[in-house]
Amino acid sequence: MDVALARAWLDAAADALAARTEELTSLDAAIGDSDHGVNMNRGFGAVRTALAGASPAGPGAVFTLAGTTLVSKVGGASGPLYGSAFRALGKALPEGAEVDAAAFGAGLRAGLDALVKLGGAAPGDKTIVDAYAPAVDAYDAALREHGGDGDGGLAAAARAAAGAAAEGMRATVPLQARKGRASYLGERSIGHQDPGATSTWLIFQALADAAAT
Amino acid sequence: MDLRREPVRAGVTSPTPGREPAVKKFINHPDAVVREALVGLAAAHPDLRVDLEQQIVVRAEAPRAGKVGLISGGGSGHEPMHAGFVGLGMLDAACPGEVFTSPVPDQIVAAAKAVDGGAGVVHIVKNYTGDVMNFQMAAELSGDEGIEVHSVLVDDDVAVEDSTWTAGRRGTGATMLVEKIAGALAEEGADAAAVAALGTRVNEASASFAIALTACTTPAAGRPGFELPEDEMEVGVGIHGEPGRRREQLRPAREIATMTLEAILAAKPVAAGEDAIVVVNGLGATPLIELYLLYGEVAGLLESAGVRIARNLVGNYVTSLDMAGMSLTVCRADPELLRLWDAPVRTPALRWGV
Repeated sequence: MDVALARAWLDAAADALAARTEELTSLDAAIGDSDHGVNMNRGFGAVRTALAGASPAGPGAVFTLAGTTLVSKVGGASGPLYGSAFRALGKALPEGAEVDAAAFGAGLRAGLDALVKLGGAAPGDKTIVDAYAPAVDAYDAALREHGGDGDGGLAAAARAAAGAAAEGMRATVPLQARKGRASYLGERSIGHQDPGATSTWLIFQALADAAAT
Repeated sequence: MDLRREPVRAGVTSPTPGREPAVKKFINHPDAVVREALVGLAAAHPDLRVDLEQQIVVRAEAPRAGKVGLISGGGSGHEPMHAGFVGLGMLDAACPGEVFTSPVPDQIVAAAKAVDGGAGVVHIVKNYTGDVMNFQMAAELSGDEGIEVHSVLVDDDVAVEDSTWTAGRRGTGATMLVEKIAGALAEEGADAAAVAALGTRVNEASASFAIALTACTTPAAGRPGFELPEDEMEVGVGIHGEPGRRREQLRPAREIATMTLEAILAAKPVAAGEDAIVVVNGLGATPLIELYLLYGEVAGLLESAGVRIARNLVGNYVTSLDMAGMSLTVCRADPELLRLWDAPVRTPALRWGV
């Protein structure tokens, strides 16, 4: 993982969130307040702008800047949650222009830890965590199985992470929300896919796409 | 000039930027609604300082040396809350976020810097996941800048069970009571801890419950958040257009008043002989004639229970864009709360005694 790949990932995530804004907003209308798509699009658009005007020395600096920008621009719960996750990822990465796949995996887990610490959600609460946690587990498992040598290792691990995130996202449909605004609906939140888990899948899919090219 | 004349520039087919007729609202572009409304607020109320860069609304004379600064904020779409409550005897600053989206920490820190007169600030935060997180991050950042920060968490909505199965009760109608009463104490020169403690006491004495007859439409989504059949109502809604706890057949106003009041008094009892402040609040698209009708029902029920309505408000104070609906808030009052409620206030939305 180098600066170019870090930038390519965030760029791909911004594209995906822009293309799916309507869809995320519709999911949020069902069990929340109809703003998730717009907020994520605004936030990752701002990340793109911030990165265009910066020359970060390593991938860690790219993610720290992305996280800080998300906290400053998004608002709601998703701003602090995604912002803290990206900041923790950035700060967990060793200095240098390039980090290996294992260090990047440890950074992804640091991001998950930061998000859980801030939001207090556990797996099964119908949140971002339901896509993020299995993605990090799958990433680690893929590295253990196939090794992390070169970009090929990272690409395979990212592909596994995106697949697990998708599965986790789909598994939120039958869950009853216990955190966030959807929790106010009680049993009425059952039967809807969680918008936060959906945006998390989009971000991991963007990582897989960026790492594959 | 004949305004009815057909445009001369026939054949121009590309849409004018910002002209998107899909959303039937008085707006120019969904992305510009909050900012352009603040421009209008500034024009209408020159006694407020509206900082469009930081997206905050500040009392003109802030900071005042030695006075605690009261700061609130939240998603836009609840007007007049919060910017309409900035002024003498109430808030020192408001931080409006995007529609139904909490403000970001930068806004809240900018507000703290603008109003801190050396006595610290008090955050008044509605209990929503995003609001709590952003105000918490801002409190840490303001603390790093040497500003003492206290917080009041408002969670008065008794439609939500307060349990480990939810994010906890929401902050709704009682927010205005907290801002008014704590604001009056701050105006008298009390310290930050005392102002925050009083705000918490008002919240604990208050309970709210809301019913919606229609969903609301955010400018960005452009269509109602949910579909509600003509003869049904959403019971226990919040103020962000989300559906309620359950859906029921529409009933006469008397039964709705009884149902909401019973839920409120079950959670926060007011005994016979005690005083209450009662607010019948419109959610945005309900006419005053219906709110007064409901107030009459509520007043009759409370009178039968022996509760004295010491003070009341009927109108649109904590809204949810164009949602048709109402919320009822009952605050069990004592002489201190009533004295501070009566204290002078001069804001765009509440003004008396000055």
